[in-house]
Order: sequence, then structure tokens, then C-alpha cells
Amino acid sequence: MRRPQREIEESASRITRRGLLLGGATGAFMAVLAGRMRYMQVEEADKFRLLAEDNRIRYDLIPPNRGLIFDRVGTPIATNEQTYRVVLMPEDVEDLDHTFALLQRLIPLTAEDITDVRKEIRRAAPGAPVTVADRLSWEDIAEVAVNGPTLPGVHPEVGLSRVYPRQGDFAHVVGYVGPVSDYYLSKIENPDPLLLTPRFQVGRVGVEEKQEAVLRGRAGNKQVEVNARGRVMRELERADGDAGRDVQLTVDAKLQRFVQARLAPESASAVVMDVDTGDLLAIASAPSFDPNKFVRGISQADYNALTADDHRPLANKSVQGLYPPGSTFKMVSALAALEAGVVTAGETFYCPGHKEVGGRRFHCWKRGGHGWVDLHTSLKRSCDVYYYELAERAGIERISAMARRLGLGEKFDIPMSAVAQGLTPTKSWKAQRHKQDWVVGDSLNASIGQGFVLTSPLQLAVMTARLATGQGIAPRLVKSIDGVEQPVINGGPLGLGPTTMTQIRKAMYAVTNHQGGTAYSSRIIAEGMRMAGKTGTSQVRSVVVRNEDVPWEERDHALFVAYAPFDRPKYAVSVVIEHGGGGSRAAAPVARDIMLQALYGELPPLEAYPKKQHWEIEQRQKNLPLGLGEGGPGISDRA
Amino acid sequence: MSFLEYNLKTVPSGLSKVLYLNWAIILLLTTIASVGFLMLYSVAGGDMGRWAEPQMKRFAVGLVGMIVVAMVPIYVWRNTAALAYVMSIGLLVVVELFGSTGGGAQRWIDLGFMRLQPSEVMKITLVMLLAAYYDWLDLKKTSRLIWVLIPVMLTLLPTFLVLRQPDLGTALLLVAGGGLVMFAAGVHWLYFAAVVATGAGAVTAVFQSRGTAWQLLADYQYNRIDTFISPGDDPLGAGYHITQSKIALGSGGWTGKGFMQGTQSRLNFLPEKHTDFIFTTLAEEFGFIGAFSLLVLYGLLILFCVVSALQNKDRFSALLILGVAMTFFLFFAVNMSMVMGLAPVVGVPLPLVSYGGSAMLVLLLAFGLVQSAHVHRPRGRV
Repeated sequence: MRRPQREIEESASRITRRGLLLGGATGAFMAVLAGRMRYMQVEEADKFRLLAEDNRIRYDLIPPNRGLIFDRVGTPIATNEQTYRVVLMPEDVEDLDHTFALLQRLIPLTAEDITDVRKEIRRAAPGAPVTVADRLSWEDIAEVAVNGPTLPGVHPEVGLSRVYPRQGDFAHVVGYVGPVSDYYLSKIENPDPLLLTPRFQVGRVGVEEKQEAVLRGRAGNKQVEVNARGRVMRELERADGDAGRDVQLTVDAKLQRFVQARLAPESASAVVMDVDTGDLLAIASAPSFDPNKFVRGISQADYNALTADDHRPLANKSVQGLYPPGSTFKMVSALAALEAGVVTAGETFYCPGHKEVGGRRFHCWKRGGHGWVDLHTSLKRSCDVYYYELAERAGIERISAMARRLGLGEKFDIPMSAVAQGLTPTKSWKAQRHKQDWVVGDSLNASIGQGFVLTSPLQLAVMTARLATGQGIAPRLVKSIDGVEQPVINGGPLGLGPTTMTQIRKAMYAVTNHQGGTAYSSRIIAEGMRMAGKTGTSQVRSVVVRNEDVPWEERDHALFVAYAPFDRPKYAVSVVIEHGGGGSRAAAPVARDIMLQALYGELPPLEAYPKKQHWEIEQRQKNLPLGLGEGGPGISDRA
Repeated sequence: MSFLEYNLKTVPSGLSKVLYLNWAIILLLTTIASVGFLMLYSVAGGDMGRWAEPQMKRFAVGLVGMIVVAMVPIYVWRNTAALAYVMSIGLLVVVELFGSTGGGAQRWIDLGFMRLQPSEVMKITLVMLLAAYYDWLDLKKTSRLIWVLIPVMLTLLPTFLVLRQPDLGTALLLVAGGGLVMFAAGVHWLYFAAVVATGAGAVTAVFQSRGTAWQLLADYQYNRIDTFISPGDDPLGAGYHITQSKIALGSGGWTGKGFMQGTQSRLNFLPEKHTDFIFTTLAEEFGFIGAFSLLVLYGLLILFCVVSALQNKDRFSALLILGVAMTFFLFFAVNMSMVMGLAPVVGVPLPLVSYGGSAMLVLLLAFGLVQSAHVHRPRGRV
């Protein structure tokens, strides 16, 4: 049936009206689309073109190879080792659980490791690789590489990581590298973008920290074309950076090994210094620890063991440890008095075993007293009362000034951590620090290296070197940087009278070479190698009792300083053995062994020692662990 | 009752119908599809076999299908409109029950040789049914409330099913498509004004409900809207697609970077580069000139359809042609707005250009209906 003609016309006109309206509307909308296109592609084109460039090209940093550290003859102390690691591109992994399960069969991977990796994946920026396992063996990495097709998104990679082949020997000198902490970053303005790269390591302690600028080098960069997921499609341009510069230390690795071994198992420290150049040939602190553990991330148990140890393996005793120098300070007091002219070398004092000052009785270490003593005898036999008399005449200001002239109380500029300044007390210092007036008793205590005086083993070595040469030599730890020799620091002649110096040196010679000298048993008998020295015993507690009767931590510190050969000084040595008892018994033999090792460059012949001691020395030499094999100088070698 | 009495003497019959096809439309469709082949070849990095070849085969099949549909007298399609609609609804329910999940949503049925997306079919069968409805309905009743509510219900039923999948883009296209056919049929404009007002109210309600117990949309849908409003906030997260799309498109400039030279698409910065975001590659490689040319092609296609509709004195035919043209318009308008950052990212392909079998096949069959209406239009005095 047909509709009436009128309705057909009506329908057609309505559709025409609405159809035209719709056509117009779509046309208008298309005009809007065209306008938008024109706006984006013509007016804003430059902006988008810039964004597109950014999009396409990514700048990746090429981490520089960290500079190496060598000893004075070229023995590697800190090196970079190729390590194999497995990284994972999270967006390419289809089934994370499955991937981990497969990986666990191929490489050592604990449940905690996986939890950590999952955490890192959640935090990682899109397209950033996440390290699953580090420091894998070649066999493990080969397994992963072979199974590559079943492990989409998992890639084996090669990287460099710091290794300390000398293990604990240089732990305190060279320190170690570690990850960049947030605290570390907060301290620097405009941090090097390298620091922000994941798993980048910087020097945290010691030379590694202090010479960071030298060792790090400059990052290179490469322009890579990447896709939206950050995957590198190809490399466009590459600008290699500068590798870190190599640092050569003044230390002799062989001697350092000997010193570390000789000091163990005591809590002790020793410094060997070249008296002419100030080169530190050995600077040791025992016990030590294996810095490689810190690079790899030390376990909580290992770390707790280090911090709980009463011998404080982490402390850098040679520069950080401050001890009352005890009788090793007597050369300072003597020089101060002689130079001031308040006493002559030949003047004698009577030592009854004590001295009464201001109602207080100051004892000599020898209860019965030394009788009549002059300068020579006082040093040789270490009479305290003689120095009490000198202190009364010279006064603390002269003594402290002389101490500073000899390098005590000075913070030397060597690239080690926590280098301490020590203390050479003065009247104004006490007034400021303790709000008390200086009393004569303080001077008396200071004159024998007790009371307020504090020195580090490094400062004692410098003092000894200056006494031996009369030159204001300062220690040097870095021999050269990238082959460029570093300057020797010598403040010039100390300006001390040659006669007084000779008197002091002769007295020091007597200490180790004359019958009755406090270190006579630790003499060197090889001609041309004779050693001059001075013992020191610094009290930890004020009451005088036999060391054997008190617990270890209350016993006296044993000290010894020496230089040799006497007629043509080459090396100065200082040894501090914490709670070791007397300097002559505990420290002097150690210092002699170290001195001989330094002079000979190897284990000295028995002929250098007095005949009676040969058997004992031979036994000790045999038992010294001088190799760097298993059970080397790590923390585990201590009983 | 019909608006058309078929005069077999004036309507072409047999194979001669081919001569009466709207060849301008076929030419435009082929040109647009060829642009698609070119772009698919380009985004595959010069690989024919990946996307371009399958797409060409589908186009050929679709073109044959279109001509077959065009040969069938238009009244047959009118009479089967209701059946087609019911079958489409049935397919939507099947998807709801057994459909495979593609891209997080249940959208297609795997038929073995192709994946059938019932929501694509639904867009056309809805237009067919509404055209048939208004062909049947007394002209005077067009704007009466009860007779307005019926097509509204017919539109909302599939919309509701599609939303359940969930597929916001198709749901919006269905509502808009149905609404446009009703508008073309002459429903009083006050209804549309009311709907627009209610819609504005609903949008407010949707946003007010966010974060409350009666939240109306899923969180990801809110996120998409957030992303649309401010894509720069999270350039590597939710706003990534739009930001990358705009960068690629904008960096094309006047003349583009040249065929196969689009760095952004080449480097995988673009998501869905062969489907929803293919226009971006075109705009990047051929610049404003290329993008605008495609828009002109689309515009011409719409123009020829509208002209054909207005020439057609058959009410079903005219409404069907307008409905198909409007659905087609909605496709490319929404897609282009999306890639140019004018609309939120909703999964709407660029018609005939984006890679995808279902959508292209359905569109070509829909143009078959347009051709049938064109071939079988009443001629002379009716």
C-alpha cells in the first residue's frame, strides 16, 4: 500500500531539512579538525619537532673506569675487575614468577634476593634495567646466556667492580668504595650526573674518598636512538670520557704486609717514614678488615663482628688514634729546655724516685730513683724526675712550642680519613677548654708525655724523622698521580742548634745500644744499620700497679720511636701497641723488626740481631704470615 | 504501508545494476583504503606481509560483499532489519557469556577464520532498525513521547550490553548513531535539547560520585578522562599515548617527514600504531598536507552520501544512508579528535585505514546497504 503523495512530500522535505543540518554540522566539525591539524602541524610544529628530537635520542652516560691505585713499586692495591651480572628489562618479561623460577635453577638466587629485585622493579623508571644478580661466576653467566631464548628480557652483562687484592693490608689507607648515599648527595651542590646512575660507587673512606676527584674520571656519553620503552635501537654518537687517573702511593706493599703481620694480633699501629722525603713506606693499623666485603655489601653479621671487637678493627689507629706519647715526648722537653738555655747537657739532677711540687708528689717510674742524672742518662734510662725539673724551669709554653716545631699537634695533609690533630696543651688552651688555670703539675705531667698531651703514631714518626734530620719534613702518601711526581713537603731546617741535636741523638743511640738503655735488648748489631730510639709507656690509669694484674683494657700503652741507620738516617719508625704494657718490652722489638725489614727490603738476616736472640727471632720469622693466600690479613686471621 | 512502490520498470535489474552503483563512493572508499595500505606498509617498517597484505585481502572480500549486498533490493534489507537487530543483540549476549578477552575487554567471538566483533555489527543493524522503524511509523507520531521512547529503548539496550564489556567508545558511538538517525527522521529538537541538558547533569553526577560508594564509572575510566584533561601530568604513565601521539603528529609540520621516515612511529614511541593511532603516522610522515587530504576524502564521502540520501525519495533508504554516513563520520571524527588530543582515548579505529577485519568488513557491508538504496531508489514520478 502506498502512502499519500502529501506524506511522501512531507517526509522528503523533513529529511532534506534535517539532512542538510547534519551535513552542515559534520562539515563544521571537520573544519574544527582541520583547524586543529593546522594549529598543531603548522603553528606549533617547531615545539613538537623539538619534543620529537628528545624522544628519539637519549643521552646515556658511559661510566669512566676508576683510576687504579699502586704502591711505590707498582704493586696493584686497588684494581677494577670484570664482573658478570644479570640484568632484567621488566617490560620485556612476560611472566616474572616463571622467570625467577628459571633463574633460580641457573644462578645462586635466594628468596630475599628476589624480594629485593621485585622492590627495585617497582621503583625503577620505565625502560630502566634492573640488576638481578651481581658478581656471578663465568659458569653461571654462561648458563644464563645459553638459556637466553627461554628467558625473554633477561640479559647477561659485563661490568667493572673494585677489587682490593691486598685485602686487609690497605683497608685503613686506601679505604673502599661504596654506593652513593642520599646523605652523600645532599652534601654536594650540582652533583655529577654519574652519581645518580644506579649502582655507581664512590670512595667512602681513605684514599678512595680523599682522591675521589682524581680517581673517578669524567663520564663519557653516547647518543642512542631509543624506542618509547627506552630500549636502545642503535648508537648514533659516542664521546668517550676520561678514565680516572691512577694514583701511586709512597707505601711499599711488601713492607706494609710485613708490618700488618708483625702487629697482629695486637691492637696496634705502626708508621715507617722516609726521613728525607717524608714518604710513608708503611702506615699500618691492626687488626684490619677485608675492604672487599664492604664493596660487595657487608653482611650484618660480619659488620656486627667488626664493631663489637674490642680491638676496634675499623679504627684507623695510625692517624686517628691519639695516645699520650709518654717518654717518647722527653726529647721534646729536653730540646725545649736546652734551646731555651735553662739547662745544659752536663747539668745533673738528683732523682730520689719522686719530686714534690705544690704539696703533690710526682713519681719517677723507677721507685728507688736514678740517683744523679744528666741529659744523656735521663734519656737513656728514661728518668722522669729529671724532666720534672726541666719542666719547672722551661714552662709549658716552651715545651708545647717545641712539640709543634717537631710536628706534634699538626694535622698533616695526607689523603686518609679522620686524620687527627692531637694536642699540645698551652695555658690559654686549658683556660678556654677547662676554665681552669694552668698549674705547675700540669707542666710536669706534660714533660713526660702524660696529662694533656696527645699524639698520633703518624705524628710520632714525623717527630722522629725531624729529630734525625733537623729538617721540617712532612709526610707524603701520594707519590705520583698518572705518573706525575707529587712534591715533597719540607719546611726547611728546624733551626735547632747542632750541638743540642747531637746530644739528643747520642742519648737516643744509647737507649738502644748501651747497656742500661731501656731498649738495649732491642738493639741492631749489624754495622751501618744501628738504630737510635726511645721507649714510651703511657698510662691509661693513674694508679701505678703491675700491668699483669689488671685487665687488658686498663694496661699501659707501649710506644717506641726510632730512626736508623744512626750515622746516616734513612727511616723513622713509630710503634704504638695499645695496652701492650711497657714500651721497652712490647713495642721496641716490633719496631726493630720493622726497621730491619725496611732497611733490608726483605726479612733481615739473623746476624742483624744479638746472638742470644737468634733462636727466638728465627721462630718468629718463620711464623709470620707474609703471603696473601687464604686466611690472609682479613679479620679472620686474628685469634 | 510503505513510502515506496517498487516500479520494476524504472529500477535496474540483473547485472545491469552494477552500472547504476554509486561509483564515486566506491572510488572514495578504495582511495581511503589505499591510504590505509600505504600506512600499514610504512608502520610495519616496509613489510607488506605484516599488516598491509591481510588488510588488502579483507578489503577485496569486503568490496565483493558490498556489491553483493548492493544487488539485493533495498526492501529486503528493510524487511529483515528487525531480524538483523535481534541477531546482533543475541551475539552481544553471547560475547558477554563466552567472549574472549582482548585488551582487557570482552569484545569478540572467535569464529576460527575471523574474529567477529558483535558491537561493530550492532552499530549498523541499529541504524537499519531505526530507519525501518521510522519508515513504518506514521509521520505525525514521530515526535510523540511514547513513539520517541521506543527507539530510545532500542538504542539503549545494545548500549547497555556494550558498556558491560566494557567498551565506552562503542557505547558512545551507538548512542550518538541512534540519536542522529532519530534527528534525521525529524524528532522534535526539544527532545535533543532535553537529552543534552540531562547529559550535562549526568556528567556532573559522574564526577560528583567519584570516590564515593556509588561511583558510576570504573577507576580506569576516570583515569582516562583525567588523562584527557591533562595529559602532561604523567607523561610516562596514563597520559603517555596522547602525549606521544601529539608529539608525532605535531612534528610532521607542513609536508611531513616523508614516507617511511616517521621517526616517532618507527621508534615505537607510538602505541597501537597500526590500529587506533595510525592517523598519527600519516600526519607525521605526510604532514598537514597529507592529513588534511585524508580529511577531505572523508568529507567528500560524507558529501556524496548526503547528496545520495537527499535525492532518495524512499524514507527507509534516505534514513539508512544518512545513518551509515553519520556512523562513518562519528568513527573518524572521534578517532581524529582522540589522536589530536581533543577527546579522551577511547578505542575507536580510523575507518578503512586502521588495521582490523571486523570493522572494515562491517563498514563495507554497510556501504553495500547505501549502494543498494542508491541502486534501487525510486525513479521518475513516485
